[in-house]
Order: sequence, then structure tokens, then C-alpha cells
Amino acid sequence: MSVQIEVQLIAVVIAAACAIPGVFLVLRRMAMMSDAISHTVLFGIVIGFFITQDLGSPWLFVGAVLTGVLTVSLVELLNRTQLVKQDAAIGLVFPVLFSLAVILISTFAGNIHLDTDAVIMGELAYAPFDRVVWFGVDMGPRALVVGIALVLLNLAFVTLLYKELKLATFDAGLAAAAGFVPGLLHYALMGLVSVTAVGAFDAVGSILVVALMIAPPSAAYLLTDRLPRMIGLSVLIGAGSGIAGYWLARWLDVSIAGSMATMSGVFFALVLLFAPERGLVAQARRRRTLAHARVQT
Amino acid sequence: MIPRDVPAIDVTHVTVAYREKPVLWNVDFTVPAGVLLAIVGPNGAGKTTLIKAILGLVRPAAGQVLLYGKPYREQRRLVAYVPQRGSVDWDFPTNALDVVMMGALWGIGLVSPAWSRERDMALEALDKVKMTDFAERQISQLSGGQQQRVFLARALVQDAEIYVMDEPFQGVDATTERAIITLLRELRAQGKTVVVVHHDLSTVPAYFDWVTLLNVERIAHGPVADVFTEQHLRRTYGGNIALLTQPFHAEERSQPYV
Repeated sequence: MSVQIEVQLIAVVIAAACAIPGVFLVLRRMAMMSDAISHTVLFGIVIGFFITQDLGSPWLFVGAVLTGVLTVSLVELLNRTQLVKQDAAIGLVFPVLFSLAVILISTFAGNIHLDTDAVIMGELAYAPFDRVVWFGVDMGPRALVVGIALVLLNLAFVTLLYKELKLATFDAGLAAAAGFVPGLLHYALMGLVSVTAVGAFDAVGSILVVALMIAPPSAAYLLTDRLPRMIGLSVLIGAGSGIAGYWLARWLDVSIAGSMATMSGVFFALVLLFAPERGLVAQARRRRTLAHARVQT
Repeated sequence: MIPRDVPAIDVTHVTVAYREKPVLWNVDFTVPAGVLLAIVGPNGAGKTTLIKAILGLVRPAAGQVLLYGKPYREQRRLVAYVPQRGSVDWDFPTNALDVVMMGALWGIGLVSPAWSRERDMALEALDKVKMTDFAERQISQLSGGQQQRVFLARALVQDAEIYVMDEPFQGVDATTERAIITLLRELRAQGKTVVVVHHDLSTVPAYFDWVTLLNVERIAHGPVADVFTEQHLRRTYGGNIALLTQPFHAEERSQPYV
């Protein structure tokens, strides 16, 4: 497989992996939680690295997921005091954990791969050079293997718990009365967001993870009235952003991750304008027809 | 299966407090099976909290609730819950039929032969609330009354023994009000128990058999004919009773749909 195709494949699977939990974040009005989690997981990664001294260790994942859940718990704890609003609570918790991570990295790990630029921006162009080799067989770039695993994990979660997730998102009261334990589902979803953020991290960096989690589902939301279609469209739009971003980066000779995020924004803007039912153009046209009809009568 | 010798709902000494302020104080009552019960009381009287205590959604500081002699968590499948219409996001990407199918809580997962049976049950329920024509309609495109009927249809799919409804009559049109009443009576005829948080005092005698007058404490509870008296209402609503004596709601429609 050529490097060029591998990079595009990585872009596609990472974008798809992000889009799936992103749908539920958008529907649960928790988009900014992904921003918080994608940054605070760094804290877990750093702690995991200090313990294991190995950047490839699965414990980094575990640390990251725990920090993701910790972030959500701290936000909810603050929120529950009723002295701080939810959005302010996110704004309070996330800088604390993120800045702790940044300080730890700059103090103790200045000379290793864990540099802050890479964490925030990612570098997809180098991803194909970090390969997974099992029993002497090259399984492909690490980012691709991780991306595929994430897509499968997210798909499995959403498929197996589809009914529960849907009900808990639409009507938390009934879900609780039915004994679905919305709290547990909520934390499971946040754990998934954390895992996905960490997995996508290496390839696209923490800021762009947010773009890929939020922009494609937000666009899909404007295009359909059905949840399954919204998930499917999110994945497609995410994958499209990945490929379009790659070629944009090639053309302009700029960061691939940056271009991917840009393209996800461009796709969202196009949908916002031209969505057949809810787009701004369609709305304006309906208003004009209405005004016209009124003049006629 | 369902024991007939114990009350459908048995609330004993229930006290609920949010942040040290009691919302319900030592509430006691029993509801026999097969009655339509209205819970009425002023704003902040703890009506919603009371049904949440019945549904195990809030933990009482003291006291207990038994449904057919057992705690709620053992009887979940006997209870259908209709939350306030405003408690959910009606912009959620789904249609009326799909919301009703959510009532098939304990059905099997995505791919199963039972799926088409759930769909049939949902369509039947939609028909009962006269919403068949709107089955495929996006839920945000429905009127308030139509949304309420979708919620009721969802509860019907749950096929429960006890139905708990939080203000189903709130802000609905006349057609919906009639549909709800027809439905409540049908449920009663089948021996089901229905508990409804209700706001419109003028329709209580026409719509319900039993009533609980609540204002943090239980003021009165029993058959409407016995306890729905001006004296009890005065104790429930305090000084605002002038608004409530006949006709209870001078400004609103006061003709019940009998």
C-alpha cells in the first residue's frame, strides 16, 4: 500500500470513529464536553507514561479513559452544587487538568516524543512510519490499526445499546424509570469519547478531534429526521472530510490534520446553507414564497 | 401474577427533601386497583416529586412506596410512565411511530422477529389515540396535543397495570383532551390504575374517581365525592381559594368533556 493511500485510509477511519460518539454528544447537547475530554485525556496519558515509561503501553489508554471519566465526574460534581452552571463547570475543570498535563510534560519530559505541539496539532503525514508488527508481519500503520479498532468498538457500542442510548438521550426520565441507569450509560458514552479522543490524538491532535466529533454530526442533523441515518451520514461526512482534507493539504502543502478539520467545517457550512429542508437558503425561499402568496391574495 | 388482595399503590410515611427543605412531608395513602386518581395541589406542592417517588426516581428520606405489595424495582414492568411533555427534546431526529416503539422497553434488540410485532403494537396504539395519519411525521412537526397523544400511545405499548402521567392535559387542544379521557376510561374498564397529576380543578369531578389533595403534606385522599370539598381545597390552596370556588377557573374553558 502506498503511503498516500495509507494516510487517506487513516484519515477516513479516524473521522468515522469520531463521528459515531459525536452524534450522541450533539444530541445530548454536550458538544463542549468533547472539547474538555479531548484535552484532559492528555493528563491521563502523561501519568500513564510516567508510570510505564513506554509510549506504546496500553496503560496510557487506561489512564486517558479514567481521566475522561474523571473530567465528567468533576464537572457534574461542580454542577450539582448548583453554584456553578454546566458550561462554566466545563470551563473550570478542563484547563486545570490540561494545564497540569502541560506542566508535567514541559518539566519532566521535555526531551521525549510527548511534545505539546504534536499533542495539540497531531501529524498525520508521519503516521504511516509508525507501524504495528505482529510476529514479524507488518499489520499496517499503528494509527490505522487503532482507527479500525475504534470504529469497531464504537459501532459495537452503539449497535448493542442502540435502544438504551436512544431512549436515554431522548427521554432520560422514562429511561431511568425503566431501570436503564442513564448515569451508567452516560459514563460509558463519555468513556468511549475518551478512548476515541486518545486514539485519534496521535493522528490529528486534540483540537481537531473536536472538529471531527462535532462538525459531521451537526451537518447530518440538518439533513435527516432519523437517528440511524444521522449516524450513517455523520460517518460519511467525516470520511469525506478526511479525504478532501488530505487533497487540500497536498494542494496547499499544509498540515493534513488542519485541512481535515477545515473541510469538516466547510462541509458543515455547505449543509447549513443548502440543506434541502432546514438550510438557510431553503428557509429564505420558503419565506419569500409565503410573502409572495400573501401579496397575491 | 398480579395479586388482587393488595392495593395497587401503597404510599407509607413518605418524606422527600431537597437540600433540607421538605418537598413531601409524611405522605400516606393507598390506591385500590382500577381507579382514576388525580393528584392536585398548588405549584410547589410536590406533585411531580410524589410521582417520582412512586417511580423510584427520587429516594425518600423516610417511608416507602409499594406497588402491588412490592417495591418499584421489582415491579417496573407493571408501570408505564408518561413524563411531562416539556421534559424531552422534540427536535430529536425521529418520528412519531419510533417514539411509540420506544415504549416496547423490554423487547429484543435491533434485529429480531419481534421487531415487526412491536411495530404492530405501536401502530395499534397510535390508532387508539387517533394519530395513525401522523405515524411517519417528524416529532417536531406535531402540535403540542399531538405530541401528548404520541406519549400516551407509547405508554399503551408498555402494556402496564399502573399508568403514571405527569400533567397530560397541560396545554393540549380539545381533541386531545377528549382522546385522553376516552383512553383513561378504557384503561379503567380494563382494571388498570391510573395516577394523573392534574391542574384543572374544574374537571376533577368529571374525569376522576379518586383525588389526592397535596400541599407538601397529604391534605385529603379518597373518592372525589367524599374528599373534593371546598374545605379541603381551602386547606390545600390556602388564600387563593377565591380563584377556585365555582366556577373554579372562570377565565378558562370550564366545560368538562363528559
